[in-house]
Amino acid sequence: MGKAEVEKKGGANHLAGWEEVFYGLVKAVELIFSGDPDVVQITILSLRVSGLATLIGGALGIPLGALVALRTFRGKTLVVSVINTLMGLPPVLVGLVYYILLSSTGPLGFLRLLYTPEAMILAQLTMVLPIAAGVTISSVSTIDPKLREVAVSLGANPLQETAILLWEARVGLLTALVVGFGAAISEVGAIMIVGGNLLGYTRALTTAIVLLTNQGEFVEAIALGIILLTLAFLVNAILTLLQMRSRSSLFAQIYTREPRLKW
Amino acid sequence: MVNVYKLFGGRQVLKNICLDVRRGEILSIIGPSGAGKTTLLKLMDLLLHPDRGKIFFDGVDTDVDEKRRRLLRREMGMVFQHPALFDTTVFNNVALGLRIRGYPAEEIRKRVEGALSYVGLRGFAKRKVLSLSAGEAQRVSLARALVLEPKLLLLDEPTANLDPANVLQIEETVRRVNLEKGVTVVIATHNLLQAKRLSHRVAFLWMGELVEVGETREVFENPRSERTALYLSGKVVY
Repeated sequence: MGKAEVEKKGGANHLAGWEEVFYGLVKAVELIFSGDPDVVQITILSLRVSGLATLIGGALGIPLGALVALRTFRGKTLVVSVINTLMGLPPVLVGLVYYILLSSTGPLGFLRLLYTPEAMILAQLTMVLPIAAGVTISSVSTIDPKLREVAVSLGANPLQETAILLWEARVGLLTALVVGFGAAISEVGAIMIVGGNLLGYTRALTTAIVLLTNQGEFVEAIALGIILLTLAFLVNAILTLLQMRSRSSLFAQIYTREPRLKW
Repeated sequence: MVNVYKLFGGRQVLKNICLDVRRGEILSIIGPSGAGKTTLLKLMDLLLHPDRGKIFFDGVDTDVDEKRRRLLRREMGMVFQHPALFDTTVFNNVALGLRIRGYPAEEIRKRVEGALSYVGLRGFAKRKVLSLSAGEAQRVSLARALVLEPKLLLLDEPTANLDPANVLQIEETVRRVNLEKGVTVVIATHNLLQAKRLSHRVAFLWMGELVEVGETREVFENPRSERTALYLSGKVVY
């Protein structure tokens, strides 16, 4: 059912709640299969921004979390508390801080990043990093301390010891990525502020939904919401599958590539 | 070990330990729980530093930097009281020490298969460790140490909480590895019969002090120390 039919029924603005959801679902299918260039561009941007933020945030947050979990140092409790607090960082606040930093009069204004996808990545990565670090700390901390002793007893150097323990916590590390991606892809406040929601450039699925909702275009907003949900589901399904596989064959696959792990 | 002391949080766990482990022997460290047996073994495996005294391995002073201690540690294999296996397959667990040392994949495969056969676990390579019984898990842990072909094998209560069949299997493996490969074995146990069955010499550790060291038969039949006699007769109970 297309927009014309929706309009015949009195327009999207006058539909009952359940009808909007139904037409939204139909519209979503239509948008997915019609390959609407705007929707494709918005979807790809969302994936690129949140995907890169998750990858970079994970690449920085996981080693940071491992370092904090495995080393003993003064102020460790404080560091863990700070990381845990930052896990609940309000996106709007992140957006505001980056806006101030990146605006033309701000200290990082010379980078000219405001209203660019890079600024959006930066904002989301700031939220993903503490999530990745926090989940890593909690996963690595639950590893049996005896395993660490075994690794050292087997002759592992500190780097090998860390790699072995991280591998043992691999399910938790994938959880860190799943949670991080979930937070990034569903976030709107920060990227709205630093991205500006510019059509064809910085408009992501979440910011487009906000705009459509403000314009009263509920069917389209719901359609994009369904695409967003599907996307989040697919990425999470892949990561969950990896989590499940990592308990079995992934270890063997990686570990049998001996040249890569000649410690 | 020469005049070795070890403290934990101000508490003296080992006092003035002087112990010579002879090449090719099986030495049992006997003593009640809390006597310091595990700490002694961890000191031998260079997992801990003594607070005082010296530890020599193969004539080499082990009071060196961590890198050199690691190289010395790689000449040893240790089996802990709890198997402490990594959450993966039996093969990956046994292969870990070899991978750490950078052995090629084909040699790892051969050596792991050999070690598993040695401990009576042929065909277990692909099994997940979570599916193993306690006895099988402990034998995997033993294979993980044996696959490294250590000069010194350290066993910390390796058969505690195991059924008699597994105890015998592990004891038989230890005996074979000592006889056939000439591996020196130090076993910490509170199982006196096991010490009697397995070892050439026995050392009695009591409250962190090495009370008596001697040939197994001599210690069991004619203990020099009264404390040893009391312990062997079952009168010193903790």
